Amino acid sequence: MTGLSFILAGMLAAATPFLLAALGELVVERSGVLNLGVEGMMALGAVVGFIVVYHGAGHVMGFAAAGLAGMMLALIFGWLALGFRANQVAVGLAVGILGQGMSSLIGNSYESLTITGLPKLSVPVLSDLPVVGGLFSQDIVVWLSLLVTLAIWAMFRYSHLGLVLRAVGENPQAAHAIGYRVIALRYGAVMFGGAMAGFAGAYAATVYTPLWADGMIAGRGWIALALVVFGTWLAGRVFFGACLFGAVSLASLVAQTEAWPVPSQLLSSLPYLVTIIVLGIITSNKRLLKENGVASLGEPFGK
Amino acid sequence: MPAPLLSLRGMTKSYGQIRANRGIDLDVAPGSIHAILGENGAGKSTLMKLIYGVETPDEGQILWHGAPVRLSSPADARRLGVGMVFQHFSLFETLTVVENISLIVPGAKSALADRIRALGHDFGLEVDPFAHVHALSVGERQRVEIIRCLMTDPKLLILDEPTSVLPPQAVGLLFDTLRRLRDGGVSILFISHKLDEIQAICDRATVLRAGQVTGHVDPRDHDAHALALMMIGRDMPPPLHADPRPAGKVMLELCGLDYQPDDPFATPLSGLTLTLRAGEVLGIAGISGNGQADLSRLISGEVRLPAARRDEVRMMGQGVGHLNPAERRTLGFAFVPEDRLGRGAVPEMTLSDNSLLTAHGQGMLKRGFIDRRAEVAFTEACIRDFDVRTPGPEAEAGALSGGNLQKFIVGREMSLKPDLLFVAQPTWGVDIGAATAIRQRLVALRNAGVAVLVISEELEELFEICDRIQVIHKGHLSPSLDARSTRAEDVGRWMIGAQAEGAVA
Repeated sequence: MTGLSFILAGMLAAATPFLLAALGELVVERSGVLNLGVEGMMALGAVVGFIVVYHGAGHVMGFAAAGLAGMMLALIFGWLALGFRANQVAVGLAVGILGQGMSSLIGNSYESLTITGLPKLSVPVLSDLPVVGGLFSQDIVVWLSLLVTLAIWAMFRYSHLGLVLRAVGENPQAAHAIGYRVIALRYGAVMFGGAMAGFAGAYAATVYTPLWADGMIAGRGWIALALVVFGTWLAGRVFFGACLFGAVSLASLVAQTEAWPVPSQLLSSLPYLVTIIVLGIITSNKRLLKENGVASLGEPFGK
Repeated sequence: MPAPLLSLRGMTKSYGQIRANRGIDLDVAPGSIHAILGENGAGKSTLMKLIYGVETPDEGQILWHGAPVRLSSPADARRLGVGMVFQHFSLFETLTVVENISLIVPGAKSALADRIRALGHDFGLEVDPFAHVHALSVGERQRVEIIRCLMTDPKLLILDEPTSVLPPQAVGLLFDTLRRLRDGGVSILFISHKLDEIQAICDRATVLRAGQVTGHVDPRDHDAHALALMMIGRDMPPPLHADPRPAGKVMLELCGLDYQPDDPFATPLSGLTLTLRAGEVLGIAGISGNGQADLSRLISGEVRLPAARRDEVRMMGQGVGHLNPAERRTLGFAFVPEDRLGRGAVPEMTLSDNSLLTAHGQGMLKRGFIDRRAEVAFTEACIRDFDVRTPGPEAEAGALSGGNLQKFIVGREMSLKPDLLFVAQPTWGVDIGAATAIRQRLVALRNAGVAVLVISEELEELFEICDRIQVIHKGHLSPSLDARSTRAEDVGRWMIGAQAEGAVA
């Protein structure tokens, strides 16, 4: 297998934890709420998902439990940030740290245990193609993630719910004045974001690398947060960004096995460097930010 | 009078210490245009928020067709058939017109677009359904708000100061629309503090003063004087007409000033040219959002130009485009920004400390230390001379009413004895008494030989105090118009750009 076909085959799976978490946060931020606790919600989802699968309940139950765990943390965030109008940045960080701490605690006795992942489902014919064939042989969660991406893109583009969420995020006072329940909608978005972060964590710990190691989320939640801005709050661009990060993280592996004349540390740090550069470019484009950005992001709303 | 559509009984609402509404009774008849008349701060907007369910009353009852109702959210009010057009619009700028409307009105977008066009045609409210709201003018946005209300088929339409954002020509159009609506059976609550408008269109008026009802009248039976008496509780102060004075030295010049704002939705300024001499008042008229905000920041120094373009802004004969606000102030420039809280004064600081912000050069600093006695003396003089109603120099700026704080800020800037004074929106949200006092002070300063520049959206105000008026429209300035010989309609034409072709360099 050449380096390129290896990267193409693994890119989508590597991208999936980023993608799921970022899509959830995209919905949260579109509603005007900034939840910085993604990393913690992913970590908790990862350990809960791993334990459920480890005890033989299967991946469906594992993902469901992970989603619920993420939602629980999101509920705490919502209760403080929406219910009490606490500073969203502070609460998000606190809830994130709580999630990471809980994941270390709960996962303590499962350290280094392994489970079996999920089988690949291949598209006939396409998956037999040379070089790009690996792209068409993925596990079920990857395929579902693609559907979710499409669904969220369509929701913001065509559905009434998407329109309402955008309206609430742009101008909560006006949305309230025309009769929408701003806080309830934001709670809904925050819970959805929590569930998605939980799924993302579960995918990382039960499918992508089916083992438990403390700290295995390793900053993916932060990358997911950056991806939302990277993608200017558009699902399609977030997907593209997630793939880019997936590909770059695999490239650093390829570089080590094939002894590319590039230090592997440089390649490992590439995703982070790319994030910083792209964020810089995007935030300097004011038009892009104004048209797609969320005007009330992070501002508490109270009647 | 037929059975009322809406009745209020004993409506009371307090915000902390401030009692915004006290025991207000009101009846709105079906098919009537009913005015709520009152000064800024009389409690008009609070009352409308209670009727529309944005706020809930502390006491009192709302009756709809004679039956008591409880409105705990705007959704409740809308279900009854109450629609509201806000003073500060509640539209979503990044959405299109039809998307904004579909947030309230069910239906497919194409069907909604057809209805928008049809209503626009019937009521003279034409607007492109697929335009983005951020690209619309203020008048067009108001049309969208009205159309949005109409599409919910309201029985009662509330309009909060609808003419404050319109040029004079558009006011007539709006009134035609409102009359057609009334004839179609819709009742209208029309909030305003402009007496002539109320007499032109309303058949009933409820007058508010300091949160209480001071009269229920038919405005057509009373002259403006009597209505004003009910509204402010005393006679209207006579308008000023300053006599022309010989022209003095040029104190402020803009020479072809261009500016491209950072905000992509803001209006770029192009080729602005004006000349202001000592001993005259120049007014900049225009509907808000035509570039006034950036113009004021360019003159104050909050936005600076590269040194090479310094001569596009000249003060006291030298190019200052590259200087910061403090450097411009040392040349004899003083500035009152349009937002009192945040730019004009720090709300959390005392009046004394707010004096220090711009008047520190008036002997308040000794070897880098603050001379508290000088600071307090300056503040006390300012409070006394400008009739600021406050417990004293130690009062927090944010605790003063809008009018009193504005008097203080204008007083502070005038006490700096500037050669050039720039005031943006001198009487925004200020009660009539304070507004008159501020205008008198501005004219007195002009008579003392100071050059005064005023940006205002209130045409009457500009005609009252200015020697000359220039109109800003879409980032262009009109030529100078003589305030004593120009009619309001002519200024209005410049405000909507109807006279711009060929005339602007």
